[in-house]
Amino acid sequence: MIKKMMVTFKLNGKSTDVVVEPRELLIHTLREKCLHTGPHIGCDSSHCGACTVDVDGMSVKSCTMLTVQADGSELLTIEGFAQGGELHALQEGFMQEHGLQCGFCTPGMITRAYRLLKENPDPTEAEIRYWMAGNLCRCTGYQNIVKAVQYAARKLRGEPVQTSYPLMETTTH
Amino acid sequence: MIPRPFEYHAPTTVPAAIALLDQYGDEAKLLAGGHSMLPMMKLRFAEPAHLIDLRKIAALKGIREVGNEIRIGAMTTENELIWSPLLQQKCPLLVEGAGLISDPQVRYMGTLGGDISHADPANDHPALMIALGASFVLTSAAGERVVSADGYFLGLYYTLLEAGEIMTEIRIPIPAAGSGSCYAKLKRKTGDYATAAAAVLLRMQGGVVAEVAITLTNLGETALKANDAENYLRGKPLDDATIREAARLAMAICEPAADLRGDIEYKTAMAGEMTQRALRTALSRCSA
Ligand SMILES: Cc1cc2nc3c(=O)[nH]c(=O)nc-3n(C[C@H](O)[C@H](O)[C@H](O)COP(=O)(O)OP(=O)(O)OC[C@H]3O[C@@H](n4cnc5c(N)ncnc54)[C@H](O)[C@@H]3O)c2cc1C
Ligand code: FES
Ligand code: FES
Repeated sequence: MIKKMMVTFKLNGKSTDVVVEPRELLIHTLREKCLHTGPHIGCDSSHCGACTVDVDGMSVKSCTMLTVQADGSELLTIEGFAQGGELHALQEGFMQEHGLQCGFCTPGMITRAYRLLKENPDPTEAEIRYWMAGNLCRCTGYQNIVKAVQYAARKLRGEPVQTSYPLMETTTH
Repeated sequence: MIPRPFEYHAPTTVPAAIALLDQYGDEAKLLAGGHSMLPMMKLRFAEPAHLIDLRKIAALKGIREVGNEIRIGAMTTENELIWSPLLQQKCPLLVEGAGLISDPQVRYMGTLGGDISHADPANDHPALMIALGASFVLTSAAGERVVSADGYFLGLYYTLLEAGEIMTEIRIPIPAAGSGSCYAKLKRKTGDYATAAAAVLLRMQGGVVAEVAITLTNLGETALKANDAENYLRGKPLDDATIREAARLAMAICEPAADLRGDIEYKTAMAGEMTQRALRTALSRCSA
């Protein structure tokens, strides 16, 4: 019999203890024990990025990390983004710029984009594409995801933001 | 997919990790960034009863300059290589190579030591290490030994590393001033392994090749060193004709496995193409 282990981490700022078998993957602990179902399981093979969470300042595919490896870590998932009923700039950006269709990839996209903008607050389009390449989307074609990240980057830098898709104005004939 | 049950150990020193390796022998496996190991365990291609995580060992981290060498702890991640000002300045080949490995998330976790130790012919660091003339420090209860990267890779997932040993450090001689380098990697999409890739480290003198290293990724059972192409180029000018002949000599040593990335003829042709591109780009980056 393999002993279960107690693992302690900070999840979106809250101290959390879980008891897991060493073989348990972080994605399963988050979804099944912590009931944080924002991180999704897309491929289960380290390719799609749907399971991306932030671990100690790194974007990590949580289907390829053991929960026991996260002992003592600070974790951020999509559940930690909105504060006091206000959407995070990235969430607002993905909404305003239509950076999603089915939404399956979106929690991973936003969590990854968060770390990208921390490391590079003013990325070029090419930089966004290069540094977001670990996140796959089956629906959007990526153009609006790039715009959403640019929108959030401007807002986080304190610059004025405007959606590239203003609501259609009613025209009079 | 969930791995088979195992016991997890997270030692904080190298001697403690070696003691665990010696205690559990064949039953034990080391865990570095986990981005080759955990996928294999999920697929049950690997089923260690004891997993020894190296991530808490601070002594295995860091990039420093010692004399005319760069010394890199085995647990240094790809991302740390990419962002290192020391490497950007003194060993840009390693930065370029690391930046072409997989995708950002994998690069936050994957380590230099893990990529070398995994010794998949598709791993990029083996060819980069041979091109750079690197050597590896292997540490066991008996002490340390230092082995050269050239000759280290013996076959598929098979190296000179022996039971009870941990790769602790990677040593890279700082390339001579004026050297140019390039890692040309063809892949089907971002995040993919190489269909074919070539690493070149080059120094010119008086218009002819003074020193050159050419190595290839995913074109045989291990990373390949294109010795014939290197020998041919020394003392010659690098023009279209010599570059083409060097590529032909490099292609002659390729024995790629046919797979979804292409058949043998295509991969071999791409080996030649990548060799040409790497040579031309390395030349344009030489300053002397
Ligand atoms: C989607 C995806 C795409 C990828 N694409 C690429 C790519 O394009 N190019 C590329 O090179 N790699 C690629 N990889 C592999 C990735 O770079 C791995 O991280 C790397 O191969 C292994 O490094 P690691 O630190 O994760 O080691 P682990 O997976 O933890 O370990 C790998 C092996 O090395 C052994 N080991 C680890 N550290 C040591 C040590 N210090 N001493 C002795 N033995 C040790 C382990 O026991 C294990 O057998 C990809 C991986 C994924 C998931
Ligand atoms: S589910 Fe983890 S990368 Fe796809
Ligand atoms: S919005 Fe459907 S996968 Fe990205």
